[in-house]
Amino acid sequence: MERTNWNTKADNRAARLARAAGALGTQLSGKRVATEAIGRLLEAVLEPGDRVCLEGNNQKQADFLAKALVQVDPARVHGLHMVQSVLALPEHLDVFENGVAARLDFSFSGPQGARLAKLVSAGRIEIGAIHTYLELFARYFVDLTPQVALVAAHAADAEGNLYTGPNTEDTPVIVEATAFSGGIVIAQVNELVDGKTTTLPRVDIPAGWVNFVVKAPRPNFIEPLFTRDPAQISEIQVLMAMMAIKGIYAEYGVQRLNHGIGFDTAAIELLLPTYGESLGLKGKIGRHWALNPHPALIPAIEAGWVQSVHSFGSELGMEDYIRARSDVFFTGPDGSLRSNRALCQAAGHYACDLFIGSTLQIDLDGNSSTATLGRIAGFGGAPNMGADARGRRHASPAWLKAGREARAGRSGAAGTPRGQKLVVQMVETFREHMQPAFVDRLDAWTLQEQAGMDLPPIMIYGDDVTHILTEEGIANLLLCRTDAEREQAIRGVAGYTAVGLARDRRAVENLRDRGVIRRPEDLGIDPRQATRNLLAARSMRDLVRASGGLYQPPKRFRNW
Amino acid sequence: MTIPAGLEALDFSFTGTRPAGAFAPVLVGVVGSGNLEVLLEAAGGDVCTVRIETSARGFGPIWEAVLGDFHDRHPLAGVRIAINDMGATPAVVSLRLDQAVAELPAAAQGARP
Repeated sequence: MERTNWNTKADNRAARLARAAGALGTQLSGKRVATEAIGRLLEAVLEPGDRVCLEGNNQKQADFLAKALVQVDPARVHGLHMVQSVLALPEHLDVFENGVAARLDFSFSGPQGARLAKLVSAGRIEIGAIHTYLELFARYFVDLTPQVALVAAHAADAEGNLYTGPNTEDTPVIVEATAFSGGIVIAQVNELVDGKTTTLPRVDIPAGWVNFVVKAPRPNFIEPLFTRDPAQISEIQVLMAMMAIKGIYAEYGVQRLNHGIGFDTAAIELLLPTYGESLGLKGKIGRHWALNPHPALIPAIEAGWVQSVHSFGSELGMEDYIRARSDVFFTGPDGSLRSNRALCQAAGHYACDLFIGSTLQIDLDGNSSTATLGRIAGFGGAPNMGADARGRRHASPAWLKAGREARAGRSGAAGTPRGQKLVVQMVETFREHMQPAFVDRLDAWTLQEQAGMDLPPIMIYGDDVTHILTEEGIANLLLCRTDAEREQAIRGVAGYTAVGLARDRRAVENLRDRGVIRRPEDLGIDPRQATRNLLAARSMRDLVRASGGLYQPPKRFRNW
Repeated sequence: MTIPAGLEALDFSFTGTRPAGAFAPVLVGVVGSGNLEVLLEAAGGDVCTVRIETSARGFGPIWEAVLGDFHDRHPLAGVRIAINDMGATPAVVSLRLDQAVAELPAAAQGARP
């Protein structure tokens, strides 16, 4: 059969635009849509079963468009296939409860994880797959291309150019996939400028890729996700941070790295200019970062440790500090940050030598998971950060050393020289309420059964983990040669958990002799020296002071 | 001694080889969530007794393992240890005990490098 029309997508877009023009009348002026007409616009452009990206980021949320989507008439708009990285707002699930949407492909659902699990078990949501960020973004360009994208930007001009502000996050990748495949892009903005008397500070998304702009009644919601109050860092976290710096960062000469979220890694950031300095490590470790603008990094930046930081998103309150430190952060000609989740994920995967993060559970194979029963939380970016980049070909001293340790004595393909990324899981053996971090069986397996998943939701696979760091010591899994050895190495740092108490003491001492397990004293660290006095900032106020008053924490962190 | 409702009391005793001799009582830590208070007093004799009052019930075997390892590090004799615990992790317990021992006379600390 001969195909007569090769431009159905373009025709479809033209039809949608024509429907919108007809429905909106005078409520549409150029690309600007009157705020109160947003429901009419959505009902005009959306078709049943459309793939829709409702921009939900880690931080920035297209909250006005989310509310509007919940309110469309399900008789006209239904069965949508939502393809978005984060489910953060209640509205992201409301659309499934009222039938507007039916199918979901996503990456992370932290705040909505429990409700998502309930909707799945009630048959209200069909989940396509749970992805990492990069994976979902990649599928935007293959088989999950949005037909309609609902995004958030800070401001638009009269032509429809968008300025995202520092929280650029997912917007470029969403808009590119949609605009170049016959889709419709609708942006909510906090401000409109006329382009003459008032102009955009810079253009993040060109007008040609944007179909409609609507001014939201309130600025879009942004979550300060990466702010950690130093006052809450414990002595044990200080001890573990000392071990990370001396036993891993210095040992491998780690210059390029990514830190996960949490107090454990915040402690490392706050020890660089104090403990790190005392070890003479300035300039030798921690110069380049793929990292959100963590307030806890301010003292290290001020002390001249940090050469560059590229960010997935921004962090509330850090705007002026970033602007004043443009040598360090990626900023536009206007001086403000441009983040980019897709590119920073790629940077973390391919250009960093180390990932370090916390987890909730680790099993005897070193698999780790943050999945908890009754919640479908997804993955976010950790699996890409915390995985060896098999396609990497450029060398660095840290990467080569890790590769040598992993390959020594092996033959054939397993012995072919190559490097390896350092992937460190940093956990206290017991979390709060004495929940053990080491378990015989991950809850992820039960969750798989409950939710009918193809695989257990393992965040970081054991064969990607190179080191496990607890208050008891560091287990270097690169040096293990058998499953039994790995198991004892893990038990050997699992403290007084049931897993740790069941260790073979002789095997563990043998691993310690070989340097597979290293205790604080093996590293020349006296746990009694691990006091909070070592932290370069011990409170939010200290961070503000270290920034010269440039950092302005959100109100909830202002406790002085 | 009566135990306030909700608390669990645990008692342990270890025979030590390192007499602490006479010393002024040593107090480290604070009673607060996730923390504990450790009091060391001279008692004479060749044992080290440990009395724990904890708000976290059901962790007897873990206390036994933590204190057993502590005694391996510091085989004290003639010491009475009293612990008021508010759900501290074993790591914090071990740290407080070691901090307390650091306040004892040099002989009780053994030879340290």
